[in-house]
Amino acid sequence: MTGFDADERGWFGDFGGRFMPEALVAALDELTVAWQEAMADPAFVAEFEAVLRDYAGVPSRLYDATRFAEHAGCRILLKREDLNHTGAHKIRNVMGQALLTKRMGKTRVIAETGAGQHGVASATAAAYFGLDCTVYMGSVDTRRQALNVARMNLLGATVVPVDSGSATLKDAINEALRDWVASVDHTAYLFGTAAGPHPFPSMVRDFTRGIGDEARAQCLELTGRLPDAVAACVGGGSNAIGLFTAFLDDPEVAIHGYEAGGDGVDTGRHAATIVAGDSGVLHGARTYVLQDDDGQTIESHSISAGLDYPGVGPQHAHLAASGRATYHPVTDAEAMDALALLSRTEGIIPAIESAHALAGALRLAKELAAEKGPEATILVNLSGRGDKDMGTAIEWFGLDGAAAPTGGEGDVS
Amino acid sequence: MSVAPAFARAREEGRAALVGYLPAGFPSVAGGIEALRVLVDAGCDVIEVGLPYSDPVMDGPTVQAAAQQALDGGVRTSDVLRTVEAVAATGTPTVVMTYWNPVERYGVERFAADLASAGGAGLITPDLTPDSGSGWVEAADRHDLDKIFLVAPSSTDERLAMTTSACRGFVYATAVMGVTGARATTSDLAPPLVARTREVTDLPIGVGLGVSTGAQAAEIAAYADGVIVGSALVRVLLDHPDDPPAGVRRLAQLTTELAEGVRRGGALRGDLARA
Ligand SMILES: Cc1ncc(COP(=O)(O)O)c(C=O)c1O
Repeated sequence: MTGFDADERGWFGDFGGRFMPEALVAALDELTVAWQEAMADPAFVAEFEAVLRDYAGVPSRLYDATRFAEHAGCRILLKREDLNHTGAHKIRNVMGQALLTKRMGKTRVIAETGAGQHGVASATAAAYFGLDCTVYMGSVDTRRQALNVARMNLLGATVVPVDSGSATLKDAINEALRDWVASVDHTAYLFGTAAGPHPFPSMVRDFTRGIGDEARAQCLELTGRLPDAVAACVGGGSNAIGLFTAFLDDPEVAIHGYEAGGDGVDTGRHAATIVAGDSGVLHGARTYVLQDDDGQTIESHSISAGLDYPGVGPQHAHLAASGRATYHPVTDAEAMDALALLSRTEGIIPAIESAHALAGALRLAKELAAEKGPEATILVNLSGRGDKDMGTAIEWFGLDGAAAPTGGEGDVS
Repeated sequence: MSVAPAFARAREEGRAALVGYLPAGFPSVAGGIEALRVLVDAGCDVIEVGLPYSDPVMDGPTVQAAAQQALDGGVRTSDVLRTVEAVAATGTPTVVMTYWNPVERYGVERFAADLASAGGAGLITPDLTPDSGSGWVEAADRHDLDKIFLVAPSSTDERLAMTTSACRGFVYATAVMGVTGARATTSDLAPPLVARTREVTDLPIGVGLGVSTGAQAAEIAAYADGVIVGSALVRVLLDHPDDPPAGVRRLAQLTTELAEGVRRGGALRGDLARA
C-alpha cells in the first residue's frame, strides 16, 4: 500500500475508474475479486515468485554503469529488465495475469500488441501454461514487426491483423475488447500495460512492482542508501509504475517519467500524453489523452512502437497531477543518441523505449550533479533489450550491415 | 423532451416501437439528415443519431465503417447536434447514441444544454454505466433529458436494478454478448434478459444488436417494447455508395418492412396474452 493507491472503485484521485460497456462489468468485477483474493493468498504469491525466478530469470540485476556514467556526470544504476526471459519487464505482467487466468479456470487468453513485445510475452505465457492465445495487432504494425509476428506464430498463438481506425495499437485494443465482449465467459484479456478500466491499472502494477521492490533493496545493499532519483520510460506505464511504486513513500527520492517526444512536442508528432494531452476517457479510464477539440483520439507518433500510444495509465496521471512524479518528453533523436551511447560504453543495446529513460537520465544527471555533486545516484529502469529494434537502428544510423573494410569476421579487437 | 410518448403510443396500438439508428455525417451531414428523415417517414417511432467516434469498442465492422467515413468527411460534434435539430423538428423523438469521451470533451453540462435546446430527447451511452461517476445523470436531470443505459445478458440482478433505476425513457437490452452488427438469427439470450429486466422496472425495454429483417423485428416485438435496428440500415447505405437515390429507396423499403414487423409482432403478443 502507498498513499497513491486507487480507492475500491479504481479511482486514483480524479483519474481511472471504469468506463466500459455493461456487458463487461460482471467480468471486470469477477476479475477484481479474483485478483484481490490471489494477492492475499500466500500460495498464489509464492507460485508467482517461483515462476518468475525459475522461468523468467527474476530478480534482474542492478548494474553500476560506470562508463556510461562518465558521460552523465553522476552515478547511474541500471535495473536490468532486459535480461529477463523474452527480453523485457513485460514477462512479469503476463506471467501474473496468466497464472490468475488458470486460477479462474479460463482456457483462452487474448492480448493486444503494438510492437509485438506484449504479444510475444503473452504467447510465451500461454505456451507455458497451456492456454489458447489470440493476439490482436494493427495491420500497420504486423508489417513493421514481421519478426515478432513470426515469433508469436512459432509460440502457437494466432495473430489477427486489425485494419480499423489507424490500424495501430489503440485499434488493436479496441478489437481485443470487441472479442472479449463476445467471449468473456471463457476468455481472459491479458492487458499489456498499467492502463484500461479498473482493476487493470492496479493489477498490472501489482505484477510489475517487483522491479522497484527488488531495485530498492539492491540499491541499499550496493550503495548503502536510496537513490536520489529514479527514472523510467512511460508508454502505458507498466515498467514505470513497476519501478516507482517502491519509492512513492520515500519523499527524498525524486521520480521521473519520460514520454516519447517523437519529432518534438511542438511539432504535434509525438506520444507525450501527460506532457501535452488533456484529461479524457480512453479505453475504459479517465486519464490524459491525445485528442482533438471534439474528443476524437489523435494518432501518436514515436520511433519506439512500445511508447506509441495516445493514452497513459491513470496512476501516472494522478502522480503527475499530485506532483509526486514529474514527466518529461524525450525526442526520437535524443533516445537514439542514448541508445548508441549505452551500446558503445557498456556493451548493452537497450530497447528504444528504455533509451528514452536513459536520455532523460543524462539530462537529469546534469542537474543533480550540479546540485548534489558526482555522488548523486539515478536508478534507471532498463526495461528491455534492443534486439527487436535493429531494423529501426539500421535505418536511423544508416548501418548497412556490411562488414567494415578492415578487420574480418571473428576479428574482435 | 422524452421518448416516453412514442413508446406509450406504440403500447396503446398494441405493438412495439421501432427505433432506427444511423450515424450523423454519413454519407455527409446533409445526406445523413435526409436518410434519418426517410426513417421517420417510413415508420420509425424513435430516432437514434450516432455520434461518430475514433474508438468505438461496442461497434462491429458495419457501424465502424460508416463512422470512419463520417470522421474522414470531417464531421464535428456540432454537426451531430445540428442533425438532431433537423430530425427532431419532424416531431419524432430523437436521441443521441455516443461514446463518452466526446461528451466529456464538449463539456457534460454544455452538451446536455445544447442537446436539449436542439430538441433532443436524451442519450444512449454504450460505454457509460450509471455508477461510473461521470456527472451525466445529474446533467440530464437538470435538462429534462432521457438517460438510456444498457443492460446485458451478463448483468447481475443487482446491476439490472441499479441500472434501470437510473434510466429514463427506455432501457436498452443488448440481445447478445457482442458488438453491433446484423446477425442471421435472433438471440436466445434476449427473452430471458427482457424477463429479468421487467422484474425490476416498469420502463419500456428496447432490444437491440443484430436485428435486420421484418421477421426478426416481429419475433422480438412479441416480448419487447421496442425493436432497435442499426447495422442493417447502415449496411443499405454502405452498399449504395455510387447511387444514393437507390440507397434511400432501399432504406425506405427496409424501414417499412421493419415497421410492419413490429406490428405483426404486436399482434402475436396479443395472441400470447389471450392464450
Ligand atoms: C522494453 C519496453 N519498455 C517499455 C515499454 C512501454 O510500455 P510500458 O509503458 O507499459 O512499460 C515497452 C512496450 O512494448 C517495451 O517493450
